[in-house]
Amino acid sequence: MCLAIPGKVEQITTDGNVRMGRVNFGGVVKNVCLDYVPEVVVGDYTIVHVGFALSKIDEQSALETLDLFRQMGALDEELATEEEAFARAAHAPQSACPDGSCELTGQSLRSTETKSERGQ
Amino acid sequence: MKYLNEFRDGQVAKRMAAEIRQITTRPWKIMEICGGQTHSIIRNGIDQMLPPGIEMIHGPGCPVCVTPLALIDKALAIAAQPGVIFCSFGDMLRVPGTDSDLFQVKGRGGDVRIVYSPLDAVELAARNPDKQVVFFGVGFETTAPANAMSVHLARQRGLKNFSLLVSHVLVPPAIEAIMSSPENKVQAFLAAGHVCSVMGFWEYPPLADKYEIPIVVTGFEPLDLLDGIRRAIIQLEKGEHHVENAYERIVTYAGNLGAQQLLAEVFELSDRSWRGIGLIPNSGWRLNDNYRKFDAEERFQISGIHTEESPLCKAGDVLRGAIKPESCPAFGKECTPRHPLGATMVSSEGACAAYFNYGRFLSAEELANSGAVHA
Repeated sequence: MCLAIPGKVEQITTDGNVRMGRVNFGGVVKNVCLDYVPEVVVGDYTIVHVGFALSKIDEQSALETLDLFRQMGALDEELATEEEAFARAAHAPQSACPDGSCELTGQSLRSTETKSERGQ
Repeated sequence: MKYLNEFRDGQVAKRMAAEIRQITTRPWKIMEICGGQTHSIIRNGIDQMLPPGIEMIHGPGCPVCVTPLALIDKALAIAAQPGVIFCSFGDMLRVPGTDSDLFQVKGRGGDVRIVYSPLDAVELAARNPDKQVVFFGVGFETTAPANAMSVHLARQRGLKNFSLLVSHVLVPPAIEAIMSSPENKVQAFLAAGHVCSVMGFWEYPPLADKYEIPIVVTGFEPLDLLDGIRRAIIQLEKGEHHVENAYERIVTYAGNLGAQQLLAEVFELSDRSWRGIGLIPNSGWRLNDNYRKFDAEERFQISGIHTEESPLCKAGDVLRGAIKPESCPAFGKECTPRHPLGATMVSSEGACAAYFNYGRFLSAEELANSGAVHA
């Protein structure tokens, strides 16, 4: 819940006195409050937590981070629609390592073969 | 892939792990504060790459986990009331109260909504003037600017049917509480990167001085974590203790001044009970006098709630770093993410959920039999 996800600012609007924008997170576009990042302009990348941009970030770091967070499943959780979030709560895992990821635990970084197998 | 560069390259991680092994001459215990970091460490096997003497102690930085049971019971009571739309982030749904959880309250007809942003709850209040809309404002400093803005806008828009059930906690007082505890084993901290994106790290040098501990502001990605650990060990080995920023691409010393300004306008310091840890003085925020009428605890006078922790659950010991999740007798037996006894098994930032989801407690043979490993 403390994760902030990088996204690209596609549009900036004003809602009342509040600076808002459309931010694209690797394909998922959300309404985001840009009030705390007055320096950010269209085309910039920013890290976003619960619909609020907190800090500007350079494009390369943003894309790398997005890719990693996607692999870690963090994007699905942070950007879930209400239906998806309810479904997630309903289907909380009952057996260990439900996504099979524990086969990678401790190996994903140690083995470059693992990385190449995972499709570059 | 164009942005696959050395940052996530296994070779770089290997080299960093080798360097950590090289510089480490003694055992050290390092706490990562943030539950997001705990998940990254376990998911990526970072702890298993470290020399045997380096122990990562998982910290209390899981906001859902430390929200006191009494407040969760209060949330459940408010959410069950007719005429209330109760809004929360998704990770609160399965957190067990004494008798129920938000998911079950919804099943019994309560109007429980999951929102992406607190501003969605403000919009719901504007569109449903005949309903009371309550947002469960749980979180550390990272989430507080969003909740502060929601209540600020509700006041600006004259919304009388919006309120915030506040459970805000802060990292620096938690560090104080951990370091002051007689059972403390922590010798260095990895500070939570995104908390510091809001607050900066100007609060930490006095703590590093007072307790003579290295504090390294650290990110969430595998190489960020390895770098944070490496820097902490370098300080420990040299007997130094200062604050370092290993997350410069996001964090500045001053932090986000606009956010800090609104936080100061909306909140004031207050004592907070941390689930499993107990009361920590001045360890959280509550709405100040100007915004108190938006406080759901004031608006809904809930009393007579029976609150009782599960006697089987050792979440408090896990949150203090006193035990690892798999040492709890209920772990993976009576307690699973589907049927959690404690919040640490629910939240994606909870240490118990991390150990469970990544099969950390199973032997290789058990893992193979569980069907989780696809040979």
